Amino acid sequence: MTTTDEKRPLTRNIRAGAEPPDVSAYEKSAGYEGLRAALKMTPAEVQDCVKKSTLRGRGGAGFPTGVKWSVVPMDPRARSPKYFVVNADEMEPGTMKDRLLLEGDPHQLIEGIVIGAYAVQAARAFIYIRWDYKRAARILEHAIREAYERGYLGNRILGSEFSLELHVHVSNGRYMCGEETGLMNALEGKRATPRNKPPFPQQSGLWGHPTIVNNVETVCNIPHIVRNGPDWFKALSRSEDGGTKIYGVSGRVKNPGLWELPLGTPLRDIIEGEAGGMIDGYGLKGLLPGGGSTDFLTPDHLDVPMDYGSVQKAGSRLGTGTIVVLDDRTCPIGMLISLEVFFARESCGWCTPCREGLPWIARVLTAIEEGRGETRDLDILQFHTKAIRPGNTFCALAPGAIEPLESGLKFYRADFERHISEKRCSYK
Amino acid sequence: MLSDKEREEIEAEMARYPHKRAMVPEALRIVQTHRGWISDESVRDVAELMGMSAEEIDTIASSYNMIFRRPVGRHVILFCDNVSCWIMRSDAVRDHLVKRLAAGPGETTKDGRYTVLPSACLGDCHHAPVMMVDDEMHGNLTPEKIDRILERYT
Amino acid sequence: MPELLIDGEKYQYEDAHKNLLASALSMGFDLPYFCWHPALDSVGACRQCAVKVYRDENDTRGRIVMACMTALTPGLRASIMDPEAVSFRAGITEWLMVNHPHDCPICDEGGECHLQDMTVMTGHNYRRYRFDKRTHRNQYLGPFVNHEMNRCIQCYRCVRFYRDFAQGSDLDVFGWHDNVYFGRAEDGMLESEFSGNLVEICPTGVFTDKTLKRHYTRKWDLQTAPSVCEHCGLGCNTIQGEHEGILRRRYARYNPNVNGYFICDRGRFGYEYVNSARRIREPMIRGRTASNRAPAAEGAVAVNQMGNTILPSEAAESALEAKDVLARAAELIAGRKVIGIGSPRASVESNFALFSLVGAGRFYQGTPASELKAVRRIHDLLSSGVVPGASTQEAASCDAVLVLGEDVTNSAPRLALSLRQASLRKPEAAAKAEIVGGVQSWDDAALREAVQSERGPFFVATPAWTKLDELDGSPFRGAPDDLARLAFQVAHLVDPKAPAAGGLSAEAARAAERIAAGLRSGAKPLVVSGSSLPLIEAASNVVQALRSGGLDARAVFTVPEANSMGCAMMEGEGIEAAAGAVERGEVETVIVLENDLARRLPRASLAKLLGGRARIVALDHLANATTEKAEVVFPAATVSEGDGTFVNNEGRAQRFVQVFNPRGDVKESWRWLGLIMAEIAPDRRNPWPNLDAIQAQAGAALPQLKALSGIVPGAGFRAVGQRIPRLSHRAASRTAITANVTVHEPPPPVDPDSPLNFSMEGFKGMPPAGLLARYWAPGWNSVQSLNKFQVEVAGILKGGETDRLLFPGLGAARAPSYSTALPPAFAPADGELLLLGARHIYGSEELSNHAEAVAEVAAKPYVAVSRTDASRLGLAHGGSALVRVRGEELALGVVVKDDLPAGLALYPVGLAGEGYLELPAPAKVGPGRVGA
Ligand SMILES: Cc1cc2nc3c(=O)[nH]c(=O)nc-3n(C[C@H](O)[C@H](O)[C@H](O)COP(=O)(O)O)c2cc1C
Ligand code: SF4
Ligand code: FES
Repeated sequence: MTTTDEKRPLTRNIRAGAEPPDVSAYEKSAGYEGLRAALKMTPAEVQDCVKKSTLRGRGGAGFPTGVKWSVVPMDPRARSPKYFVVNADEMEPGTMKDRLLLEGDPHQLIEGIVIGAYAVQAARAFIYIRWDYKRAARILEHAIREAYERGYLGNRILGSEFSLELHVHVSNGRYMCGEETGLMNALEGKRATPRNKPPFPQQSGLWGHPTIVNNVETVCNIPHIVRNGPDWFKALSRSEDGGTKIYGVSGRVKNPGLWELPLGTPLRDIIEGEAGGMIDGYGLKGLLPGGGSTDFLTPDHLDVPMDYGSVQKAGSRLGTGTIVVLDDRTCPIGMLISLEVFFARESCGWCTPCREGLPWIARVLTAIEEGRGETRDLDILQFHTKAIRPGNTFCALAPGAIEPLESGLKFYRADFERHISEKRCSYK
Repeated sequence: MLSDKEREEIEAEMARYPHKRAMVPEALRIVQTHRGWISDESVRDVAELMGMSAEEIDTIASSYNMIFRRPVGRHVILFCDNVSCWIMRSDAVRDHLVKRLAAGPGETTKDGRYTVLPSACLGDCHHAPVMMVDDEMHGNLTPEKIDRILERYT
Repeated sequence: MPELLIDGEKYQYEDAHKNLLASALSMGFDLPYFCWHPALDSVGACRQCAVKVYRDENDTRGRIVMACMTALTPGLRASIMDPEAVSFRAGITEWLMVNHPHDCPICDEGGECHLQDMTVMTGHNYRRYRFDKRTHRNQYLGPFVNHEMNRCIQCYRCVRFYRDFAQGSDLDVFGWHDNVYFGRAEDGMLESEFSGNLVEICPTGVFTDKTLKRHYTRKWDLQTAPSVCEHCGLGCNTIQGEHEGILRRRYARYNPNVNGYFICDRGRFGYEYVNSARRIREPMIRGRTASNRAPAAEGAVAVNQMGNTILPSEAAESALEAKDVLARAAELIAGRKVIGIGSPRASVESNFALFSLVGAGRFYQGTPASELKAVRRIHDLLSSGVVPGASTQEAASCDAVLVLGEDVTNSAPRLALSLRQASLRKPEAAAKAEIVGGVQSWDDAALREAVQSERGPFFVATPAWTKLDELDGSPFRGAPDDLARLAFQVAHLVDPKAPAAGGLSAEAARAAERIAAGLRSGAKPLVVSGSSLPLIEAASNVVQALRSGGLDARAVFTVPEANSMGCAMMEGEGIEAAAGAVERGEVETVIVLENDLARRLPRASLAKLLGGRARIVALDHLANATTEKAEVVFPAATVSEGDGTFVNNEGRAQRFVQVFNPRGDVKESWRWLGLIMAEIAPDRRNPWPNLDAIQAQAGAALPQLKALSGIVPGAGFRAVGQRIPRLSHRAASRTAITANVTVHEPPPPVDPDSPLNFSMEGFKGMPPAGLLARYWAPGWNSVQSLNKFQVEVAGILKGGETDRLLFPGLGAARAPSYSTALPPAFAPADGELLLLGARHIYGSEELSNHAEAVAEVAAKPYVAVSRTDASRLGLAHGGSALVRVRGEELALGVVVKDDLPAGLALYPVGLAGEGYLELPAPAKVGPGRVGA
């Protein structure tokens, strides 16, 4: 184990601009050793190992992965086949982390899938990948062929009793396809509207069979956890939850990019350290810590560690861990319009608050930005932030859309009022 | 009428899914790859092949972004208008693109070369502003860069 | 009984399988909703039914949940009145109004709009949205249903009913976000036979009744009464509405024993014959004065709101005429050799009246002997309890189905909807058992997800393709006798004591194995048949065999018409016997009750019966070939205009109540017959001054009719001393409606037959269930107010019986008595095809053929042949053929059907203007035209 391997297991094989490792190269980096180890364990032991590692989902909601798996019925009378699905739909505004892993080290993902499928005894797996990730899809297809050839996929994997079919399914493009139940509907050839829970996907998922849906980054962690053990994984982190995290920064920073760092690295280290701080002449006005559907944080929050608990305490969510930086020469209302127009466009149209509320929000924001705002518009926005809450809507899309709006209204109230009283945008 | 090639490709995919309905998105994408877009006739053809109604096909076709129910140009430009790109002034770049092509978002150039579509975040935010032309990503866009890129596609 | 808390009050609940919304509504709460529907269950899309729930008594904040998606658990703490929940619900309505056009004044739904009701209920009243609304293009969906997409609030109920429940495939949702569109891929008639239910399913004015639109009246101005559909033998319950003498519309009347919430499109839209220009409105004597008066065009005569003619001169004239006509009828009857021909589409009371007038032995059934025999056999099987029946609704709870020889969608349409539900029962049960943690019965999406395209055992054995074939992977095709043989064999495989059918083809033998195994795998298998005697016997054997194996097997037998069963319960031979008696000169006068004999008798016998040997006295609604030949004609009330009882296919007696007093001198046939009796009787006493009287006498004379009395309270019933109004308390402008003639408000007529009033005065509370004239409750103007009339949501109605099952229910287990009447295998005769009758939902039923919208889509005559026979006989699809059958020659267009077995041909029965053919019959089919 090299030091980099130890510190940043997910990206150890990834070199900017280089082709991803092929199966042989991957094997040389201890590749598929996690799988070999896992196949020697019982599925329950693998689940337990992941549970102990305190790995939490990297898709945005942060649900503990081992706990999620443990809900899958292991009774042989359960409906079969069971399914293991990787969510590679990455469409969250400001989020580009899964692309890195997909294009950079496909076998790492495949190995994670086989282990995960083994842990829940799934016989079929899908990688649900967004339409626009063409290069990633090609790379994956190639890697999957290699894995079949080497016996990492297919019948009786590595001579064990375990078999797995893995397919890449290319999405036809909808943000809702990333929501795990919308994804399942999309995979079934239905509209990508979400499903109610319960029943949970683990109980009745794809085609009514037990199903696991995990994020790309989540799954990429699995081989390392199994190979190196839960304690090693926990030690990678600077927080109570184990592992590293791929953080990203976009916006007017000197060095936008993606880095694998210990979970719980403070915001300041990421923005001022890795990303090099703001471009000269621009000040930091605020940031979304984990993609478009997280609450704004302000420069006052720079010392917040980027882990699940700390960011939540600060009033936002870790989300996808990809930070969008708002500078002081960019209009926060304009930024919100960009976000809300997206969310309104991607609302699936199934539940009322989201379908009707988000376009209304987008129109009100646009009116304010264009100097047509009225004071009562703020009440209307407030009404939406109060009413569109988790549980009030059918799925998490709309509440996610509300997070930047609600916090934006709080932190940038003066900007809103100035737009309305001056009837124009002063950033233009 | 679907071509033999289209039929073959669709039927080859069928084995992957336990229910034929699951093939609908795939079938639509295959037909679109061959024809550029999905016409009403294509909807009916796919319906016939799958033994489903046109409605059952179009409820899917009409719900996805990347299934084009109207004709598009030879090259499709997906222009990211999302938050990171917007912050990096993608507006200005887009305005330049639209002026150069004389085709606004959702429109096709007169010569049928390009269709410009606004896109969800393309997942390349650290290179904002970005766009995708057919299968290729282009980042750190500037008006000058746009001009150079547009010359590469015929 | 477990308890739950709503707003601090304790409530007990019985059915743990309900969700919180259904329970709260059952308990009488006004909780708004849109996407939930008692028959479609929950999906949680609209978010309108939000309430608060609390973890425990210490939880003061609670959280908002959707009541429709919340399971009942003992001790559940919920709040409907919580301010946050209240304001969230108002917010939902405000959002729904963002794109709704607020066009209530010009919207057909106005006044009975669920969206209006919920808007008021949630308290949303001020619209803050100030931007443009989205607009849509509307589609042409055929003559029944109107489409106005801008009013859509995206509750998804239409597709959930049409696609998921009724299993139609040509209505769906398109688009995304706030631009979703509910419609077809292109303009065109909705294919489902249940499309009309969209009118009731849609909570606003997107899908409305196009036939109503032509003569539109607001709900509150309609005069309404409970009724029973006359368009097939199932007897679905309806509510009909009239205004100014025109029947305006019909919708489903809820009956958990018959049709549940839904009816078919023939039933819903076939009503317009009541307004037809062909209606007979005055008594007539052929060749005398007004006898040939051309029927007046619709609406040509002014009528007041109660349906009374208000032109005094005409009223006097017709009163005069009635006397003359009655006298003439009496002359033709008194002291003469008279026979009566009854009718399966006339009420039990009218048939009984005729039976009494002519006397036993002189009453004929009005249907061909073959049909009569089949119906009587069904009657015997059901009433003896040898084969237990199932109601149309109950059929939906069966979990394995064999359809034997019936094209159910066309012969008993509403039953097809139930059978589609039955096909889901087994996979649903399996899913519930297999899924860890289970699936709630009301969780529609989860249940469908778990079931996927899985279907329970479902077998179709019919001569040709039927729409229900889509539920059977390999439907069996054969001639009716071969289908019967197949089913005999199925019975034998289930119980070896049942007679076997030897010599089956290998294919048939395999099919029999498959069907036997499938039916046995159910807990409550169902066999549907009815069209011929051998099939009925075969079905009976299958059901008995299954029952002998301990399964709760049931049969549903279809019968051709609304009162086929009720009529067959009286003595009387088939119509051929009547024709024979006339031909033999034994008859001077024939009284024909609501029956166009041209639809019952072959041309030759018809000519004998109507050819002048005997005088004809006819009673009917519409001018037809029989009334043309009648010397005396009485205008008979339709179900909309009179009172009476039908007995449906299951043996369920159901009362229909007069809706309105039509223009002209139209009366129930039994009433005319009573007047004739009075004319003849020495004391000139009318034996039946009202319905109660004739029912009492019928019961006294024929014990099998005893049970007809008192199904609904008789004419003397008063609720708190008051009658039950047919008009809503909001009925407008009663005094203004006749103001052009007189400003004096005429007193409403008195109803001698039912406790209902032809006015808005009367009892405002909950009427007895069988007399429910409309659904309305304070705050609930739409059909959704039905919730208030049910003991619990989707349960039985409050206030007693609506109908009465005449045949004993399930008796003790009994030894099977198998039929041994195995028909011989079908052998196509050389050069001949076996011509079978094909039924069409639109076209095969007499009365609905005179409804404009139905006539527009009614089937046209054709002969269908197999591809093999087509090429053998030199026939081409779309070409023409000459069919020689039973001594007649028919020139018909050719339809080539791939699914039809060689040797069989199809001919649509019952089409308007086509004569009667007794089918099946051997036919010679060849190219050419008549006379060519
Ligand atoms: C609207 C919406 C979009 C989502 N998109 C994605 C996505 O693109 N990728 C992803 O991994 N998770 C996405 N999620 C989260 C998933 O629903 C789900 O929580 C996740 O895939 C679970 O994986 P994890 O437990 O490994 O994080 C989305 C959620 C919502 C509500
Ligand atoms: S919040 Fe509602 S409308 Fe929005 S995406 Fe989720 S289910 Fe669809
Ligand atoms: S009725 Fe409960 S969410 Fe629609």
